[in-house]
Formats: sequence, C-alpha cells, structure tokens
Amino acid sequence: MYRYDLTDKTLVNERVAQFREQTRRFLAGALSEDEFRHLRLRNGLYIQRHAPMLRVAIPYGLLSSTQLRTLARIARRYDRGYGHFTTRQNIQYNWPKLPEVPDILADLAEVEMHAIQTSGNCIRNITSDHLAGVTPNELADPRPWCEIIRQWATFHPEFSYLPRKFKIAVTGAPQDRAASLVHDVGVHIVRGPDGNLGFEISAGGGLGRTPIIGQVVRKFLAREHLLSYLEAILRVYNAEGRRDNLTKARIKILLRSVGLEEFTRRVEAEWELLREGALRVDDALVARMHGCFNPPAYRTLPNANPDAGKSTAFRAWYRYNTAAHKVAGYRAVYVSLKKPGVAPGDATDAQMELLADLSDQYSFGEIRATHTQNLLFADVEQGRTHELWQILEKAGLATPNIGTLTDIICCPGLDFCSLANAGSIDVAKLINERFDDYDYLYDLGELEVKMSGCMNACGHHHVGHIGILGVDKSGEEWYQITIGGAAGADASLGEVIGPSVPKSEVPETIARLLDVYVERRQPEERFLDTVRRLGVKPFKERVYAAPVAA
Amino acid sequence: MPRRLLRDRQIVEDEWLYTAEAAGNAFAPLIVTVDEWRNGRDSWIARGGRLGLKLAPGHKIDTLAPDLGVFALIAAEFSGPGEGRGYTQGRLLRERFHFTGELRATGYVRRDQLFFLARCGFNSFELPDADIENALPAFSTFSAAYQPSNDFGLPVKLPRDTPASA
Repeated sequence: MYRYDLTDKTLVNERVAQFREQTRRFLAGALSEDEFRHLRLRNGLYIQRHAPMLRVAIPYGLLSSTQLRTLARIARRYDRGYGHFTTRQNIQYNWPKLPEVPDILADLAEVEMHAIQTSGNCIRNITSDHLAGVTPNELADPRPWCEIIRQWATFHPEFSYLPRKFKIAVTGAPQDRAASLVHDVGVHIVRGPDGNLGFEISAGGGLGRTPIIGQVVRKFLAREHLLSYLEAILRVYNAEGRRDNLTKARIKILLRSVGLEEFTRRVEAEWELLREGALRVDDALVARMHGCFNPPAYRTLPNANPDAGKSTAFRAWYRYNTAAHKVAGYRAVYVSLKKPGVAPGDATDAQMELLADLSDQYSFGEIRATHTQNLLFADVEQGRTHELWQILEKAGLATPNIGTLTDIICCPGLDFCSLANAGSIDVAKLINERFDDYDYLYDLGELEVKMSGCMNACGHHHVGHIGILGVDKSGEEWYQITIGGAAGADASLGEVIGPSVPKSEVPETIARLLDVYVERRQPEERFLDTVRRLGVKPFKERVYAAPVAA
Repeated sequence: MPRRLLRDRQIVEDEWLYTAEAAGNAFAPLIVTVDEWRNGRDSWIARGGRLGLKLAPGHKIDTLAPDLGVFALIAAEFSGPGEGRGYTQGRLLRERFHFTGELRATGYVRRDQLFFLARCGFNSFELPDADIENALPAFSTFSAAYQPSNDFGLPVKLPRDTPASA
C-alpha cells in the first residue's frame, strides 16, 4: 500500500497541531459555535445527538493491520468500544469527547491516517472498488489514481470552501462496486480509441433530496490530464454552483440547470487553459504509484475445491462471503458486519483487533472497508479459507449473507444522527428477525436493501433494489419504500411504491414485494430485473391489497 | 481612525478608502465597486490617483479582464465563513491575468483562512482586531503543499516522480 513520504507525514502532523489550536480557541471562548463549526467539519467532527461524531477517512478503503489496531484502540480508549464503517469507506466514532479529539487525530497521524476533509463543503475521501487489484476482469488498479487524487485534493487552497460537499469515486473494472454514478464525479478507467488506458469522467450524480444519476462529461481522457480535468470541473463548480440554497448547492443541480452540453462546454473551456500546466501527471509518478500497490508475494497454487468434504454451513459461507480472485489458488473473503441484532457496519474493538491479527496471518497484513459496510480480506489462499471461516464464525463475523437481503446498507439513523427522522438500525433488526431462513434468502439471490433515516440518504435508499426511507409522520417513525434502484454500472433510481408504512409493517411489506418476485420471476432473473421488466404496478397492488394483520 | 490591515505580513494602516468612506477626500486612493466602475469608468479615470476595484463573490474575472490594468488594488469580498468564490477569483487574477497589484481579502476574513487565501494569491487581509495581532503564524500552518498555486516559497509536491521542491 501507499506509505507516507516526509511531506505527507509533515502535513498530517501540522493538521493535528492546527486543529488542536482551533479546539483550544473554541473551548476558551475565542471562536463562536458557528466559526468553529466550519473548522471542525473539515476534520470530520459533527455535533450529534449524544456527543460529537468523528469520521475518520480510510482512503479508498485500504487499511494495514497496524492501522486497524489503532482504530480498535481509539474505539476502546476514546469511545465506547466500537466503530461504524460507512458506505464511503470511512469509520465513525459516535462518542468522542471534544477536548480529546486532537489526541485522537494525533494517534491517527502516527499510523498515517487522518480525518481531513471527511465532512464539510470540500473534496471528501476518495473511494474505490474494494476488489481493486484482485478482481479478475479489472482493466487496471484504480488505487494509484485514488492516491494521486487524494494528494491533489488534500488542503486544496481553491476548493476548500465549495458550495457543498464533493465526492469522487474511482473504478477500474466494468462492475461499479463504488457507486460512482451517484458521486459528484466518477472516474472510470477505460481503454481509449488508441488502445491506451485513460478515464471516462462522469459528473453530477448524487442522492439526498434530489437523487440524480451521474452523466458522462468526457468519454475518454488521457491519463496525464486527470488532475487538470478535475481542477477544471471543480473550478466551474466553485464559481458557479449555487450558494443561496443548501439543498440546491451540489454540482448535480448546476449540471441539471445548465444542461450536460453547456456544463461540458464550460468545463472543457476551462480545461483547455489548464491542461498543459503544472498539474500534468508524469509517467514516472504513475509508475511509482503503481509500484506502491504491487501485488503481494503470492504463492504458486492450483485452484482448490474448498467445498470438498466440508459442512453445508461452510459451503454457504464460501459461496456468498468469498469472491473470485485473479490469482489462481486465492479468494477475496468478506467479513460480514451484518450479523442479525448488530447495527449494520458496526465492529467492536475486539473484533477489529482480531481482524488485524487475521489479516497478518491470512491476507498479507491488509484489510479493506467496502461500500456495502463490510470488511474484506483481499488475498486469502483458498486452502486456508476453512480455518479462517472457523475463526470468523466464532467471532460473529461470518454471517453468510453477503449480497443477500440481510446484507443491508444502513445509516446510523435516529439513534445517533441529529438529522434523522426515523430509526434505521431497529428496522434492520426487524428485517433480520423476519427473514432468518437462509434457504429462502439464498433462493431470492442477489438483493440490495438500502435504508436511510432521512432525505440526506446516507444509506443510499434511492439506489437500493429495495430502498427504505425513514420519514417523520406527526412525530412517529414511518417508512417509504422504493423498488428498482441500482448503484452499479447500470445505476437507476428506485420508484416509490405508495404511501409510507409504520415501522412494524416494514418486514411484511418487503415480504409481499418478494412474494410477487418469487411468483413472477423468470429463470436467472434477479429481483431488480423483475421489477424493471414488470414495473412497479404489480408490486404496489400486492402491498396495498390488504391491511397488514396486527 | 484608519483601518488596520495585514499587508505582506505586516500590520499597516490602510491608506485606501472605499467610495462610501471617501466623502470630502479627493485625493486618497479609492476602491470602487464593479457597478460604480461600470457606470462611471471615464470619470473615475479623470479623477486621477490610484484606483482599486472591489469584487462581489459572483463577479467573473474574465468579463473584467480588459480593465484590470487600471487598478493598483483588487479587493475580493467574502460574504461569510462558507464563501469560497474569492479563492477562484484570486487564482485567476494572479495566474491567468497576471495581476501584480495588491490583492485584498475583505468581508468575513479570519486567521484560519489566511493560509489558503495566501496560496490563492492574496497578499492583504482586512482582519478583525482580535485576529490581526495573532495572524502571522497562520501563514506557516503547513510547511508544504500538494498543489501548484501562488506560492510563497512553499515546497510543492507536484504530480511528478520527484520529492517536494520549492
């Protein structure tokens, strides 16, 4: 993985010193609440329902075992013994004390981590495919480019006070596992007309109050121009994005209001003036960055048949919780953070420490955070997956549900977040209780359920095959259901099926949607495909045909 | 009492007046707004003396480009703690239009913004009294940077396979 050089290290340490001084001034009364808000947000610090919430960046999802141990220690020392992994490859702590936050940042800096630009109206953590570098059909590893973008975006003097937050995701495979089309900018490695690798650039995606799928602004960008092109997009956005209305300030609104053609024209005109400047990325840097992500020392192994003679439970886990690897004899292994009864994406300090040890033993000392709020060992020998499974199973980290109905993406909801209208964690629990028959879950196949506690859509409900949105109805928590959304390369927004339902009826509503699917699906058809083929109508009719029995 | 400001890292008394402050003073260097400039270009020039231009956050630099040579000072206004358009105005003025006069940040300007403002080409800052005495360390908040920009001897780590260089 990328290791900090002296400049990187110095900058992160200087950031800690800066924030320590700002916190001191705030606590001494020299900065107002509003003035401090603008400063603390740039360090991932929100004031939440119970306490500050600190969001720490895991750039493009990659962690060393040492870094994960530090995250565990922070959870234990400064928090209540757990952390919450988010859809954008961050970890959130829900209970830090403000005077201690500078110390937390200092501990993070020791292991080359930070909370820089994890909130606020600036360029956020750069996210990527959690299978980067190991997935079989990848064109190129996106992580070197993520790191190049990360550095350019860090403390960018011109783009630190944008109209609104700005999220960039980078992918290198045809499958989009980073939800890049619902990002402000998506960078996709593609092969150009001349056969060289470069980028397709999409812009204007985003969820929240006005969900929009990103549009392609440039089909092919030569790789040396990546930073100048991003600079052009950001400059147009910084100058012209709306600042009069928070809900209309994202780049998606600018793009939609001027239209794709005019937006592209403005970006390209700016880029023409920047493209030959100092931001040109030179080949030697690209080569060195790729060198930072060289494959680990794989052994020469045959592809094993790990199913042979193993239990049904292991075989189910292997099928759902592991993924193909480009190197023979290896698998990528998911660590499910979706155990029934546990808030989706949460891990305890002890679990994190165990996973750090396991990554040293089984996966070259690295672990990854996924967009779906799970963790991943990217490089496990197939022949050792059974012993790894046994250990994970004991630790409650082997729930065999990756990609199924209960692998729910979920925001922290009303329990923690001051923005939320409704709880999301307890709805996840209700769904887990109702759908506890794995034969049924496996029969349903690939199914993405995504839930947000409010319109800000941190749980990406618009792009769930089934989306659940918490709404406040005269002080009660109700839920609006959408179907047909998707976040991958074929991204689409879900359609609302009808009036919202009370919390207790969410599981039955989902059950009815699934009944329609099971009855009407064609062979090999996923729930999403059936919804796309039939439309919302038959699903809606079934859900609202009869009241849910009390 | 004349305004104090931070210019080229020194606390100085401001010799410039904004038009609203200039009643009865025919000789002071004068900062006019973009509207005032557009409505009375010739009379401002006829007045003689040094002229400055005050931009609102929404003003586009390229539309003002033909006139920039007239001004010894350009002031960009920051309307509040989240306002960020002035950073783009500053970089364009310095890097694209090669403005070499005084580039001033006015409005909501606090020491925590100085590092980025300076990197975007600003060299003078109208700070509140509480900040002005303590502002100098802000220019050395960071000792290096990742972006080529208007730099003040700061080592910059460009996207090249070489270490940061000044």
